[in-house]
Amino acid sequence: MKLTKEQVEKLAHLARLEFTEEQKESMLNDMDNILGFVEKINGLNLEGIDPLIYMSDEVNVLRKDEVKQETSKDDALKNAPSKDTDYFKVPKIINRGEE
Amino acid sequence: MAFNTLTEVQEQLREGKLTCSALVEEHLKRIEENQHLNAFLEVFAHDARSRATVIDQKIKRGSSGKLAGMIIGIKDNICFKGHKVSASSRILEDFTSLYSSTVVDRLLNEDAIIIGRLNCDEFAMGSANEFSAFGPVKNPLDNTKVTGGSSGGSAAAVAAGLCHVALGSDTGGSIRQPASFCGVVGLKPTYGRVSRHGLIAFASSFDQIGPFATSVEDAALIYEVMAGADEYDSTASQREVEKTDFSATSDKPMRIAFLKDALTDPSLDAEIRERTQELISQLQEKGHTVEGVSFPWMDYMVPVYYILTTAEASSNLARYDGIHYGQRSEKATDLESTYKLSRTEGFGDEVKRRILLGTFVLSSGYYDAYYGKAQKARRVVKEETEKILADYDLILSPTSPHTAFELGKKQLDPTVMYLEDIFTVQANICGNPAVSLPLGKHSNGMPFGIHLMGRAWDEKTLLEFSAQLMNNN
Repeated sequence: MKLTKEQVEKLAHLARLEFTEEQKESMLNDMDNILGFVEKINGLNLEGIDPLIYMSDEVNVLRKDEVKQETSKDDALKNAPSKDTDYFKVPKIINRGEE
Repeated sequence: MAFNTLTEVQEQLREGKLTCSALVEEHLKRIEENQHLNAFLEVFAHDARSRATVIDQKIKRGSSGKLAGMIIGIKDNICFKGHKVSASSRILEDFTSLYSSTVVDRLLNEDAIIIGRLNCDEFAMGSANEFSAFGPVKNPLDNTKVTGGSSGGSAAAVAAGLCHVALGSDTGGSIRQPASFCGVVGLKPTYGRVSRHGLIAFASSFDQIGPFATSVEDAALIYEVMAGADEYDSTASQREVEKTDFSATSDKPMRIAFLKDALTDPSLDAEIRERTQELISQLQEKGHTVEGVSFPWMDYMVPVYYILTTAEASSNLARYDGIHYGQRSEKATDLESTYKLSRTEGFGDEVKRRILLGTFVLSSGYYDAYYGKAQKARRVVKEETEKILADYDLILSPTSPHTAFELGKKQLDPTVMYLEDIFTVQANICGNPAVSLPLGKHSNGMPFGIHLMGRAWDEKTLLEFSAQLMNNN
């Protein structure tokens, strides 16, 4: 199948990515190539076959439900791009009464 | 100081002819001299030196671990507590791991020395190591050629003697293909054999960690230290890990299959085909049964692989939001632009391409036609492969259709690049263990690998036969 520019824009939004007009064209082109390539699987007769969902045939291993603190708050905040002593900081989300 | 195996290194260490400190200095020097390869993203020099001193003391006391004297490099998607790990991506450029992966813990417990982190394709997505945010890795055997990927830094480091062993990860061939391009041994264990705890996820139902080494013996040793159940990864199998035994020179005749279509594939280099056929004849002369089998699913494997891995990648990479860790765009003004701009600035083009494809195959209206169908096709490929392996011990093929290609050879069509994985993806689709062995030398001067895939959980047979093959060739 061939995608449209609008579809690429929608996918980009769903994936939380942005593309310039030029990049959209090149992504569209690549996606068409790749989809043309992966559509080979339509040649397979897959009637009545169950999808393979789990690679593992392991059974559950149970353990005691114990509370463990493996990451401290300070550690968890260490890699944050913006933070104060207790919290992750994000840009303002709700703008009050400025409509 | 060139050694073939760790056993030889350890002999010298025990006899006092060598120290871990001297080994570390020698490797640091070699790393320094080979900076142009761009194999290491960071060298843990201070760490390696202080550990070497401690391990030298342990050797004197006779209390050192199994891997004392082994210098290891790790792919930049494997976490090591207190050290940076970036998956060769801008988005994780300044990320420091809060914990160690299970594999790193197990290696350290046996007194291995981790000397640095190794360049790779961004989030392990690529087959040439040209998609790293920190530049391509050069092939040590010919600096104008690629190393292959995605674990290109790992393959280059071992080939150039910058470490004894390196860890990589393999989602569709990312250990075996660069091993083939750089002339070293690369092992992808059975899916679930080695814990993925602390491996930055690309496609969770495909990813496995495995070693690069110059000998099958070293690859096996480090694999055995890493393998086995792990309370931090529920997909890591509870099955016992059978020890390989290389002393038993077994001449047991093996039953080996090769896929007829693989050897007639038009993309396969003529010389690699001939050499593979020669090897088949040699094996037959030695009394092994080597037979061609038909496998009409060959053409479907790479498409199945791309649909499923991009779907899993698009989910796994959703976590990079610019909020909890990783780069945040300075231009972000609200929540949505924080996500969008941070991801847009942080990810490279190939990663974006795959996220977009994965988002598409999972999107409503297309899910059944792509993702659902690929999951069904995956079952067919797995079951049909198991049928072959019910009758044969191993499946043999070349690792890659050609030798290492030119660096910077602009690849305009991504689907051509994706065919790099044609012989290796089967092991990831099915979860089976596989190795690439450096058995070939092309007239163009570059090495190429022979690929062997074994039954799930039977690394023992695979590795013991591999060692035999390496020692006889």
